[in-house]
Amino acid sequence: MKSTIRRYVKLLLISGSTLIFSGAAFAGESHLTMGTVLEPPHLDPTAGAAAAIDEVVYANVFEGLTRINQNAEVLPALAKSWDISADGLTYTFHLQNGVIFHDGATFDSSDVVFSLERAAAENSTNAQKALFAPIASVKAQGPSTVVVALKTPKGNFLFNMGWGDAVIVDPLSAGSNKSKPIGTGPFTFKRWVRGDRIELGQNANYWGVKPALKSATFKIIPDPAAAVAALMAGDVDAFANFPAPEMAAQFQSDSRFIVKVGSTEGETILSTNNLQKPFDDLRVRQAIAHALNSQEIIDGAMFGFGTPIGTHFAPHHAAYVDLTGTYPHDPQKARQLLADAGFPGGFKATLKLPPPSYARRGGEIIAAQLSKVGIKLEIIPVEWAQWLDQIFKNKDFDLTIVSHTEPMDIGIYTRPTYYFQYRNPGFNAVIKSLNVTSNPKRRYALMGAAQAILAKDAVNGFLFQLAKLGIWNKNVSGLWENSPVQANDLTGVSWKN
Amino acid sequence: MSESRLREIWLQSLHHRSFVIGIILSFFTLSMGLVSLFWTPYSVELLNIPHKLEGASATHWLGTDHFGRDVFSMLMVGAWNSMLVSVIAIGFGAGIGVPLGALAAGKRGWVEETVMRFNDFAFAFPALLTAVMLSAVYGPGTINSVLAIGIFNIPVFARITRGSALSIYKREFILAARTAGKGEVRIALEHILPNIASVLIVQGTIQFALGILAEAGLSYLGLGTQPPMPSWGKMLSEAQTMMFFAPQLAIIPGLAIVLTVLGLNLLGDGLRDILDPRLRRQK
Repeated sequence: MKSTIRRYVKLLLISGSTLIFSGAAFAGESHLTMGTVLEPPHLDPTAGAAAAIDEVVYANVFEGLTRINQNAEVLPALAKSWDISADGLTYTFHLQNGVIFHDGATFDSSDVVFSLERAAAENSTNAQKALFAPIASVKAQGPSTVVVALKTPKGNFLFNMGWGDAVIVDPLSAGSNKSKPIGTGPFTFKRWVRGDRIELGQNANYWGVKPALKSATFKIIPDPAAAVAALMAGDVDAFANFPAPEMAAQFQSDSRFIVKVGSTEGETILSTNNLQKPFDDLRVRQAIAHALNSQEIIDGAMFGFGTPIGTHFAPHHAAYVDLTGTYPHDPQKARQLLADAGFPGGFKATLKLPPPSYARRGGEIIAAQLSKVGIKLEIIPVEWAQWLDQIFKNKDFDLTIVSHTEPMDIGIYTRPTYYFQYRNPGFNAVIKSLNVTSNPKRRYALMGAAQAILAKDAVNGFLFQLAKLGIWNKNVSGLWENSPVQANDLTGVSWKN
Repeated sequence: MSESRLREIWLQSLHHRSFVIGIILSFFTLSMGLVSLFWTPYSVELLNIPHKLEGASATHWLGTDHFGRDVFSMLMVGAWNSMLVSVIAIGFGAGIGVPLGALAAGKRGWVEETVMRFNDFAFAFPALLTAVMLSAVYGPGTINSVLAIGIFNIPVFARITRGSALSIYKREFILAARTAGKGEVRIALEHILPNIASVLIVQGTIQFALGILAEAGLSYLGLGTQPPMPSWGKMLSEAQTMMFFAPQLAIIPGLAIVLTVLGLNLLGDGLRDILDPRLRRQK
């Protein structure tokens, strides 16, 4: 509710602030103000699924054993190197020396053991527990070596250790990281003004190469119109994920800005409650798939930014299989399938939409597309907190639209209690054998098989891969163009003057 | 009312400039809304994305929006939607507020105190706040916005009814009616209401304008009318981020709101001048 009131106030301000085309570059050479749409619920990446957490703290405040760069490559971080045993079961990490946490505590192998065991524990609150499931044991060998033994070989274990959920925390401060994050990164947490901004300062004792930026502010701007105004007025220097794609052309033609269209790991899907009648009927889900027209949704909701997908997999990934033709747009076929399923006149259902424009606008288009085959959707807008509670937690929904921005997250379809409640033993078996396969060729074949099952089962309406629309001041360099993990890595960012 | 009085009102109306302008503007909106019930150039649920953001042309008189919907059709349906919400909200507010006001004026004493303090309490909550509360509990929607605006209307009607009725209750013919053995309800219905009707009509017109404004505001915030039903407020909020390259999308519904509210206010002013007996006597 607060955001709607703020929106009302911002409407009054927008006309004024957009007219004042103040110079955008006077923000200084060592400070960056980054606009962000969502406010994180808290700041502990090891205890929350919200992308907004990682988008503030990943690589900036917290670091893991490895880190992921914008091209999805695994780089050393707190582990300066590692050895992998021939059978792929033992990883020996050699840690950086002289690293201290922001509160002065020293970093050593015991912190790594603590962090990984804590994340893998039975009662762990980590949102990505599956990342740690293959770990059999974590043992310290002296202060700067850690040996991780796996139960089964895990091909992308090093990548997984680079996730925000796998950052290394100190036992003393782990409990208070939600409100006062203490990490080893080049930026320290300074202040969080709820509903407005999060400020980061410089870590004078940083162990690695000190970034050009000395401080940064994440300014929370949920309203797209206000985001436009803030960029135009120079109140923010950059928007890594700009929420108003309709304005991209405008910014492109403005010499003060750089517009970069990159890829994200965001599979945007019409999530379907697979246990809810009538969506438990494959024919109904197939009918929906036939009724959807992804390109129209991309053009209408995202102004052309996005790539159609036919399954839950990122198109820029090497193992991607183009399955967009599995259920081509065919309203006639959709009506036929609905009639076969016992709904010759269609049916009514609800479509709950979270705030982003891909959902709100996309939802209107989808409602129109489905109504053409007789499925009448009642649109119910929800705030993120409501979405997490009603849909994600309590599974109280028919259809919703959401973008799944975690990398390589096809495994969520094996979780029987995940909010869309898909249950297919055949699919689980494929993922199970994928998890124990390290031969890249066989892995790709298994990934392809998994993609095909999801596409065929029409688990969800597979819409499009979210594009990353980054817009920033032309004097800023080093911001990520792609988002292989949820992050706004500021370590390589600098001002050129 | 006698025939000569009606003629007098009619002639007076034609010479009242703001009344005439008001009635023309209001008639324009009303007819747009009424026609939309039977006919619109295009269906407002018809998305035609290849033809999005087109300018005005012979096929789309006011162009198309970001989904390729016909803006003129949306404007027509939006007019009906605004008026419907506003009228029902007035019915709701007057239906509760007028009896309350009459009760307060007729009974006086602690009844009047209670009613009026309750009024003050309700009056302290703007329609927007009431709507935010309602939608937080029951979810956003047209019915909740009608309720919110309606609740806002109750104290307005209760106050004006009490104020006008108080002076009527002091008149001799009320005493006569009482002596003749008429009950309080009959007195209120047969003697009080007809005598304050003109005031209520004027107030109703003003509340009508406020209701349209409130509906647009609530829909702008996403608390009112939900898609696919078009509404002026929602058209405005959707047009916001497109102001730089398609300003007409914001200007058109904005103008519609301004002209309708202006028309209704002028109409209300005119009606007050023409109908209010006190003002008439002053002339």
